[in-house]
Parts: sequence; C-alpha cells; structure tokens
Amino acid sequence: MAIIRFTERPGFRNPWAEFERIRQGFDQLSRNFVSRDDQYGDANVFPPLNIFEEKNSLIVKAEIPGVGVQDIEVSLEGETLTLQGTRKKNDDDDRLSFHRREIERGNFSRAVSLPIKVDPDSVSAQLKNGILTVTISKADEVKPRQVSITTE
Amino acid sequence: MSEHELKVQQKQEVQHNGETTKPEKYFVPAVDIYETEKQVIVIAEMSGVASDGVVVTLDADVLTIKGDTDDAEQPNTRVILHEFESGHYLRRFTVAETIDQENITASMNDGLLKVTLPKAEPAKPQKIEIKVD
Repeated sequence: MAIIRFTERPGFRNPWAEFERIRQGFDQLSRNFVSRDDQYGDANVFPPLNIFEEKNSLIVKAEIPGVGVQDIEVSLEGETLTLQGTRKKNDDDDRLSFHRREIERGNFSRAVSLPIKVDPDSVSAQLKNGILTVTISKADEVKPRQVSITTE
Repeated sequence: MSEHELKVQQKQEVQHNGETTKPEKYFVPAVDIYETEKQVIVIAEMSGVASDGVVVTLDADVLTIKGDTDDAEQPNTRVILHEFESGHYLRRFTVAETIDQENITASMNDGLLKVTLPKAEPAKPQKIEIKVD
C-alpha cells in the first residue's frame, strides 16, 4: 500500500474561488471597453485628428511627428478640409543597419467634412513639435448672437 | 500611388510597475534605432513635446528617454472628434554597446527626438610589467 505523507495531500481549496476570479476578469474587461468607447473613436486614416469647437472658431489638431512644414499641404474647399503630405525617408535609410524600425514613412492624405459652416477666408495653420493646429473661423451666420431683451 | 501609404499607429500606454499618483498618461513612443560604425542613433516619435521637455539619461547601460508635453487640452470647448490623446512619453532600453557617456547629444525636430550615442573606444591593451625581486 502506498503511503501518502500528511504534508503531501493537496490543501483544501474553495471550489468557487476560481469562478470568482474569472468573474472579476470579465468585469475588468468590460470596464476597459466602456471607458475607451465613450471618449475616443479610433482613427483609421492617418493622421489622427482632434477637432474642437470654440465660440467663434473650429480647431483641428493633427498629430504628424516627423513631417516638416514644407512637406504638408492644408486646403479648404467648401466645408471639406484636406491634409496631405509625406513623412520623408532619410536619404541613407537603405544603407543603414536598423535594430528597430517602428516609425513608418510614406504619404498621407485625409479629408474631413466640417460639421458647421466656416469662413474660408480666415484659416490659419501652425505646426509645432509635430502637432499641426488649424484654426478656422465659423461663418458669420452660425456664430452665436446675443439677443437683447427689452422691457416695456 | 507608388509610395507607401501611412497607417495610424495606436499609442500604447506604458505599463507601470506601480501606479502613479497623478492622473497623467505616459505613452510608449515609436522608435527607430540604427547603428553606424561610430555611433548608435535612436529616433523617437514624441509629438507635442518641446525641446526643453525632454530628458535623456544613461545610467549604467539603461538608456531612458522621457518627454513631457505642455499640450494641455483646452477647457470650455466642445469636442467633436477625439482620435489621439496627448500625454507624456517614456521608454527605456538596455544598450549593448559601450557608450561614451560624455558625448551623448540629443535634438528635437518636428516632434522627433534624435539621440546620438557615440560608441566608446575599445580599451587599449595595457602591458603590465612584472618586477623581479
């Protein structure tokens, strides 16, 4: 007869503990999904954009690290804003020995239709530290107007 | 179009060992690393980071690159589209080569950080004389 030593017996385990652990895992998973969804829409087209509306203007921000001022073109046609450009390769890229290569190089083009009427004559764009900021004034007819109230 | 079309790379958040006290986000910047005969060059994508927000340190053989943005989200605006988050950047590498620590240079251009790590000269063989008493 095989002798099992007392200390080698498997310890008593709560059979429900594993279910509880799985349930907690699912809770965590669904929380992550919800908190991502309500704030951020994932971008599919380069560059990713953030668009804000202020009282009198629209602000479009694009994240384009590694793109110089001379390599980007911004145009506005009606209510459609188009960003086009290239992230250039270095000339000697093909000869170098890379350890890691995570930054993609190539062309991009993105057009967005703006949700409100804008004034095509007052557009300004600024590129700073790899973030392009385009400020567009709203058209006069959609700017908020103060209505004065008179009493009789 | 003959040339490569760019795709969006989702930002990955840094996995911390512990939690931070401030509700700030740190992202892992995408990097290119290449080596020439005399130096190792690291290029990191850090959009929204000004040159005075970058800290590069080499401690023993661990290279740390860190970038702090000052691109705060404005209040009092209505968000129409939100596809990228701004945050700080942090990434660490273990450098295999011996680096001349005195001559590391870094520069920031259009949101790309370039760190140049010159390789140290290999130690010259030293002859040790043996004295005979």
